[in-house]
Amino acid sequence: MFKIVSREVVGPNLISLRIYAPQIAESARAGQFVIFRIDEFGERVPLTIAGADAQTGLVRIIFQTIGKTTFKLALLNAGDCIRDFAGPFGTPTEIKKYGVVAAVAGGVGAAEVLPVINALKQSENKVIAITGARCKDLLILEEEIKAASDEFLVSTNDGSCGVRGIVTDVLKNVFNSQKIDMVYAIGPVPMMQAVADITKEKNIKTLVSLNPIMVDGTGMCGSCRVTVGGKTKFVCVDGPEFDGHLINWNELISRLALFKDAEKTALEEFKKSGQHHPECKCRQE
Amino acid sequence: MQMPPRIKMPERAPDIRNKDFKQVNTGYTAEESVAEAKRCLQCPNSSCVKGCPVEINIPGFIKKLAEGNAPAAIEILKEKNNLPAVCGRVCPQETQCEKHCILAKKGESIAIGNLERYAADFKLQSLPHCSGEAAKAEKNSQFSTLNSKLPLKVAVVGSGPAGLACAGDLAKLGYDVTVFESLHDTGGVLRYGIPEFRLPKKVLDSEIDYLKNLGVRFVLNTLIGRTKTVKRLFDEGYKAVFVGVGAGLPIFLGVEGENLNHVYSANEFLVRVNLMRAYEFPKYDTPVYKGKNVVVVGGGNTAMDSARTALRLGAQSVKLVYRRSENEMPARLEERIHAKEEGVEFITLTNPVKFIAGQNRCVAGAECVKMELGEPDASGRRRPKKIENSNFIIESDMVVLALGLNPNPVLASLTDGLNTDKDGYIEIDENFMTSLNGVFAGGDIAGGDTVIQAMGMGKKSAKNIHEYLQRFL
Repeated sequence: MFKIVSREVVGPNLISLRIYAPQIAESARAGQFVIFRIDEFGERVPLTIAGADAQTGLVRIIFQTIGKTTFKLALLNAGDCIRDFAGPFGTPTEIKKYGVVAAVAGGVGAAEVLPVINALKQSENKVIAITGARCKDLLILEEEIKAASDEFLVSTNDGSCGVRGIVTDVLKNVFNSQKIDMVYAIGPVPMMQAVADITKEKNIKTLVSLNPIMVDGTGMCGSCRVTVGGKTKFVCVDGPEFDGHLINWNELISRLALFKDAEKTALEEFKKSGQHHPECKCRQE
Repeated sequence: MQMPPRIKMPERAPDIRNKDFKQVNTGYTAEESVAEAKRCLQCPNSSCVKGCPVEINIPGFIKKLAEGNAPAAIEILKEKNNLPAVCGRVCPQETQCEKHCILAKKGESIAIGNLERYAADFKLQSLPHCSGEAAKAEKNSQFSTLNSKLPLKVAVVGSGPAGLACAGDLAKLGYDVTVFESLHDTGGVLRYGIPEFRLPKKVLDSEIDYLKNLGVRFVLNTLIGRTKTVKRLFDEGYKAVFVGVGAGLPIFLGVEGENLNHVYSANEFLVRVNLMRAYEFPKYDTPVYKGKNVVVVGGGNTAMDSARTALRLGAQSVKLVYRRSENEMPARLEERIHAKEEGVEFITLTNPVKFIAGQNRCVAGAECVKMELGEPDASGRRRPKKIENSNFIIESDMVVLALGLNPNPVLASLTDGLNTDKDGYIEIDENFMTSLNGVFAGGDIAGGDTVIQAMGMGKKSAKNIHEYLQRFL
């Protein structure tokens, strides 16, 4: 069992947990992920590690409530335990001195980009962080990202904060003002695809962190397979980061929709079951 | 002299059992076990033992069963085999012990596997808490005289058949054994691969409880290489490490359309159903696709398990496509018979060359070619060749690929100095030691193939680890 040491709501439907898992906290590197399972009926779900502290043994995860499992996880408080928490899985980000790096994050990707920014800074890169969300309220971890990076730029679709538009609009502006040596992108698939499209024209090395469906996370099933440069790769062991210019995006998008109906059924059944979802305030503390 | 026929194991009817995940074979009754055991000729130079990879005293345990003494039979079995309830169910006996039975020459061999299972189940059922007590008694009386004063720590990586066999024997010898498992449950392929209808998970749990009562500790959710390294294990005071991480990496065909939706590796399909219990969705959270017309590619036990699982999830048709003929199929004979009885259609000498896309990038069919058998290859099996212009299409909304596994590369690639061969198998010497001092390996990762072979390699490794550890005493 793995104990939840702290829980914070960092945005609408966005929750940050710190979980006591000293072995993972000690071994985790930027770019890696964990797989968790809440209880004996639970499914295995991957989440990028948003922070790890070897001293305290805490591993931070930040997630958005989307389906049954994330709703269930959102119900837990500090002091509660989850049954399984395994990792760190995946190949760590290739950290070296690139020069000037633009780290682009969309939505909850803002949490996942933090360890990468920290590692890039330690290798003496200049890091320009660009985060985007639909509106100001959905922006998360602004202070932490600002503190970790050299420049911090924001976009919102409604213009309530930073540039009105999407992260690629900001990225284009950055390209006009300075030379970028590497772009790192993490977030929803259409956002990563849009970033890769822009950087391809300019021939700038681009790493994207992919998020396919996973089961075991250790390379034994191929559920997470993607086509990269015409070859089949397992995201859980070969990735999760790949050259953004080589991804078969349409395949990734269609494979992500594989269990859409079942996911809907699971969430509906869960809501019907009388367990209260996080928006509900009647739950006893 | 005319031998009485072999006592058939009672089975549930095919059209009933193919709708649920309950066990197909219901097991011998006491009377049936005695009658079958009495057929054994008790050969003095018993050739059946030579066919058993862990060299069980087969005539010995059968003699006890013939006398109606199942508890004594299990004692004899457990001298060599820590998991008899598993092996009695999943070993391909027709190519091992039963193949060498003298009765097989004139008629039907003794049903050694069925008898082993009967004895093991008798113990588990009649005395639900006894297996633990028996384990403690066994440990105290027979084995732990040597190291009880100086427990040396041994790490076993992987809780599949090889690791379980190795851990059990080391614990009996008195060592302080910890098994590290990357998944959230123990057993390796016994848990995630072999379905409930062949190996009930309660039976597996009982077998693993026996090991826990021998003192073996299990640490789950730990991927050695990533969560902690092999070097770290030595830093933590482990004096030897056994690597039994299996061959977990599914092989794909490398043909067009293989990444279409609802084309699965057998590992993924079976992990969802067996480990994650997706057949009980939405009680369990993991979903599984229930194909209507399913094509399973392959001819091994994994292919049979996949095909039979698809039927139980409600498929209207399940076609098993295999590139050789049925004679070359590596699957257990009993499972092939069961699969056919339950309605799996075998399409042999056929191989997919392409998967066809339907709507929304979902698979709509498998384009196959007919094959013919040529000269024998290195494994002695006749090599299949394509027949040109024999292409045809099997319509299908779900494909499961059961083409075998490559060795899992994670641990070896993250362990400095651990040598592998060109195919990725960990190299071991005649003592099962790898290129790293104190690190041993066995099972599929070191070139094993079946459950019992892996167990045999695990046991031999335990013996060699014991010899190696003498230097620390």
